[in-house]
Amino acid sequence: MEINLPALFGQLLIGLINGSFYALLSLGLAVIFGMLNIINFAHGAQYMMGAFAAYFLLQFAGLNYWWALVLAPVIVGGIGIVIERAFLQWLYKLDHLYGLLLTFGLALIIQGLFRHRYGSSGLPYQIPPQLTGVRDLGFTFLPNYRAWVIVFSLAVCFGTWFMIEKTRLGAYLRAATENPTLVRAFGINVPRMITLTYGFGVGLAALAGVMAAPIYAVNPTMGADLIIVVFAVVVIGGMGSIMGAIVTGFGLGVVEGLTKYFFPEASNTVIFVIMVIVLVTRPAGLFGRAA
Amino acid sequence: MKLLRTAILTAAMVSAGAAYGQVSDGVVKIGVLNDMSGTYADLAGAGSVLAARLAIEDLKDVVKDLKIEVVGADHQNKPDIGSNIVRQWIDVDKVDVIVDVPTSSVALAVNEIVKEKNKVFLVSGAATSDLTGPRCSPNTIHWTYDTWALANGTGNAIVKTGGDTWFFLTADYAFGHALERDTSAVVTKNGGKVVGAVRHPFPGQDFSSFLLQAQASKAKIIGLANAGADTTNAIKQAAEFGITQKGQNLAGLLVFLTDVHSLGLKTAQGLIFTEAWYWDMNDTNRAFAKRFAAANRGIYPSMIHAGVYSAVTHYLKSVAALKNDADGAAVVAHMKKSKTKDALFGEGEIREDGRKIHPMYLFEVKKPEESKGPWDYYKTRATIPADQAFRPIGEGKCPLVKG
Repeated sequence: MEINLPALFGQLLIGLINGSFYALLSLGLAVIFGMLNIINFAHGAQYMMGAFAAYFLLQFAGLNYWWALVLAPVIVGGIGIVIERAFLQWLYKLDHLYGLLLTFGLALIIQGLFRHRYGSSGLPYQIPPQLTGVRDLGFTFLPNYRAWVIVFSLAVCFGTWFMIEKTRLGAYLRAATENPTLVRAFGINVPRMITLTYGFGVGLAALAGVMAAPIYAVNPTMGADLIIVVFAVVVIGGMGSIMGAIVTGFGLGVVEGLTKYFFPEASNTVIFVIMVIVLVTRPAGLFGRAA
Repeated sequence: MKLLRTAILTAAMVSAGAAYGQVSDGVVKIGVLNDMSGTYADLAGAGSVLAARLAIEDLKDVVKDLKIEVVGADHQNKPDIGSNIVRQWIDVDKVDVIVDVPTSSVALAVNEIVKEKNKVFLVSGAATSDLTGPRCSPNTIHWTYDTWALANGTGNAIVKTGGDTWFFLTADYAFGHALERDTSAVVTKNGGKVVGAVRHPFPGQDFSSFLLQAQASKAKIIGLANAGADTTNAIKQAAEFGITQKGQNLAGLLVFLTDVHSLGLKTAQGLIFTEAWYWDMNDTNRAFAKRFAAANRGIYPSMIHAGVYSAVTHYLKSVAALKNDADGAAVVAHMKKSKTKDALFGEGEIREDGRKIHPMYLFEVKKPEESKGPWDYYKTRATIPADQAFRPIGEGKCPLVKG
């Protein structure tokens, strides 16, 4: 097969864009797993709710994309906080399986409700007027919106990593995961911190949902299709590793993009093949610390 | 690693689902099998069950002596799940006729089982023209449309207006392959050229990689040999990449009313495609659409729903005339002998190979300012008469047709 260099660069760039979504979503999962020890299977549904929230804000309140970018994560994160208070907080002491089953059940219920009300084929959402148009990079065409997606998600990913790994708040969080009793003895309200962390993780999913709304179909199954891949990303990166989630998210986006160029039929399996290889050779994941 | 085991178990659960049915005997039992939860749920789904019920309601004078039941199930676009449901329906629940079945790979599997069990299979949702070609069956009627008719309608129209080089974006399963094959044949026959194709996983989400490949091919026309959310995602992303502004055009080879609704007219305007039925073509269609939408969360009927209505109508008339639904092949033979006539498709006939014959229409999506409101989306560009709309019977390689 002859290799067309400009086309190859184009595919690399596209891979990076898809990687942005993987990174944002797996970052939220990693934060939640790292801090709460909950495998949040409702993450895909929360991503979908973010996209729908953007649609509702525009349709019923006349608030545009930029407002949605701020408000949708807050609203959906708020719903996440309610879920944590009502259900998840009772499960921390139990096996992982319980949290996983609970969130999986919630995801099915949420998706079912949205499908019942809005059908399965989706709703229209336009690219914000400031970001329409395409830039000619010489080797490929890059829509302005996609450029924005890369830049913005990189900023969000870095900001989250910085907050958790480098600030005092992050230090409290990490300490609370290691030894909640001791941290509580220092006068820190650990349960509230955990609740807010879950809300933050869910908000990240909703943010990814808003960013996806103008380019992917806004429909009730948009998250279900993506979540399995994102879980594979998290497993490859190492469960709970923040940096692992970010780097693997972008990296696997690129690998997938290249597969789409060289062997498109395998593009939705390649990530799972890598997952198998990583698990066999490094069971804790690329960035994970062995337990 | 316990954690991992549970994650994998759960992933397996995601793909499992529920089928339902009831035991019955001594009744005409209609099983509507389709995608009730995934990408094709709006264009078929519960709407097809509703369409079957409306057909029964409208036929109450003809079928007053028959006890009729309708059941529905979700095949999740998976041939194995679809096959299991059909076996259970026929063996345990005594279902007499399987209706709809979008997703060609599932329909081809169901086709074999129904033949083996000598029941009846009325296809509205599936597209592959193999169902009346090499895989034709004395128990199957392909009702609404097929890949050949889509290719013939859209492909002809586009090549004749100068779109003579094609690149395909093809859903990687039976339907996409059939649609690509049939469209390529039309393009080449009209003097056009196919410069390449890329097969994408079904269902897909991001098509930008494939669109870039299509762009690099320099083909004038990018043919979308896919359906549902795959098509709407591809169209949305093509607009984003400015592909149409740069002189390449998209040909949606299978586009449904619900797809246009989900894209919005701003993105979908100008698309040209072939369909068998549209709700705003005449008064009876409009009346049906109003009645249908009122019971279907406001979603208007697609051609698949109309096809289910029409097929069930003709089937029940034949069963009422024969006073027998046990011998599937005999019912289908009777259906082929008698002319079809119903409110939505008017008069038509069924050929020896199982192909239902009626006109097809070339539609164009209206501009936002031309539309009077939600669901007012199409204008008719051309009518393809019934005798030209489908593959000539001699060319299908159907073993039932004696050369």
